[in-house]
Order: sequence, then C-alpha cells, then structure tokens
Amino acid sequence: MLSTKQKELIAEIWGGLTPVAEDIGADALLRMFASYPGTKTYFSHLDISPRSAHLLSHGKKIVLAIAEGAKDISQLTVTLAPLQTLHAYQLRIDPTNFKLFSHCMLVTLACHMGDDFTPVAHAAMDKYLSAFAAVLAEKYR
Amino acid sequence: MVEWTDFERATIQDIFSKMDYEVVGPAALSRCLIVYPWTQRYFGNFGNLYNAAAIMGNPMVAKHGTTILNSLERGVKNMDNIKETYAELSKLHSEKLRVDPDNFKLLSDCLTIVVAAQLGKAFTGEVQAAFQKFMAVVVSSLGRQYY
Repeated sequence: MLSTKQKELIAEIWGGLTPVAEDIGADALLRMFASYPGTKTYFSHLDISPRSAHLLSHGKKIVLAIAEGAKDISQLTVTLAPLQTLHAYQLRIDPTNFKLFSHCMLVTLACHMGDDFTPVAHAAMDKYLSAFAAVLAEKYR
Repeated sequence: MVEWTDFERATIQDIFSKMDYEVVGPAALSRCLIVYPWTQRYFGNFGNLYNAAAIMGNPMVAKHGTTILNSLERGVKNMDNIKETYAELSKLHSEKLRVDPDNFKLLSDCLTIVVAAQLGKAFTGEVQAAFQKFMAVVVSSLGRQYY
C-alpha cells in the first residue's frame, strides 16, 4: 500500500517526465533488450533499433500510461482496464517480463535523475511499478 | 567457466577503478535497507534503522557498505575465478549469517541503481548488461555453498 506522501511523490515525478516520455520509454526498453534478450521476442513485428520511430513511439505509449496511472493511484484498476484486456487477451506477455521492464525503468530514472532519485523516491517508485504490473496482469486468469 | 567479452572485462574494470568505495558502498547498502526493509532483519545489532535518514546516517551501515565493496573488488580482480573467490564468503553467509540468498540480488540491484545515478548517460544499456552480468556471477557464487 502506498502512503499519501509516496503517491504525491510518484505523481510529481511522472508529471515531470511526460515531456520526455519518448526518451524515457525508449531508454528503458533498450536497456531491457540489452540485459534480457528474451524480451525481444515480443517485438519481432517492430523495428527496435536505437532511436527508431517504432521504439520511440512505443516507449512514449508506455510512459504515458504509467504517468496516467500515477495521477490517481487509488483508481489504477479503472484507469488500466483497457490495457488489462489488451495484455490478457492479445499481447499475453508473460508477467515476469513486467519485473524486468520495471527494473530497467528504475535504472533509466536513476540515470536521468541522478541524486534526485533518492532511496525514498526509489522505494516509492518500486512499489508503484509493482502495483502497476500486478494490475496489468489481473485479467490473465 | 564464465566467458567474458573484451567489452565486458574493460567495462567492469573501468567502473570499479573509478569508484569511491566509501561513497558507493554505504549508498548501496543503505538504499537496500530502505527500499527492501525486510533486509534489515540481518542487521539487528546495527542500532538505529528506524527511518531513511537514520539508515543513511548510520555509521555501522556505512562501514559495512564499504566492506562489501572491498569484497567485490576481489571478484573484479579475479573475473576468471569468481566462484572460488567467494567460496569462503558463501559458506559464511550460509552457515553463520544465515542470509537468504535472494537478498544478494536485492543488494545487487541497489548497487546497479547507485552506479547508474553516478554515471548517468554513460551507463548505457550495454554497460548495464555487462555490470549486471558481473553482479549475477558474484551473486551466484555467494549462493553456491548453501545446502
């Protein structure tokens, strides 16, 4: 459960990242593909080379969804309902991959924010991304 | 035997040679204790771990963080022999300290984040992959002597 302070912190961080959603999202995806090559199997239909149009647009989509959820974390299940259906019935990405992506997102945030990515921010962000992933997988079975 | 590419060897040597163990060690360990509070179970005699500020200011945490980094250096200097390098420490963590080996990965992830925050853009996806591969080998060796 996220505390009020944690929710505010998360909303603030993601609010500040929406202008660079493309870069943040693409960076996290590239890190994931480099460290966990198995994740590339879900993207055989896209060009995922660095700075490709597909990668940037896909990265942007993901970050904007995460940012949207961050605006009202208590409503996550409502906000993510369409994405839940998409992931459960169409994409069917194995949920262990959500952990891998979340980890890479944390690394991207650390690189981007440097010292501002304090342990307290890190803890809140890790909790939020775990909750986000759990909600995303809710309709799987 | 672990196969290391030239890039991986160079990357690991480079990162650790430029690292201030007395900054990075305490930062990584305190981050682990804050982000994954259940890891505090192993540090009952470290005094005040009540909140983030207390953890980050705790001298025993700082000292232990530095100890851990110094130990990691042994792996950096013996990349072709990491399993043997950590055999004793693995026994220690298993038989005496009774640390759940899953915790090694948590600390490793926190160290990755600390290094990422320091290096910024220089911590590219390829550098991250090399660093994580090294840490994974160390983590695996530390869990090797458990039974």
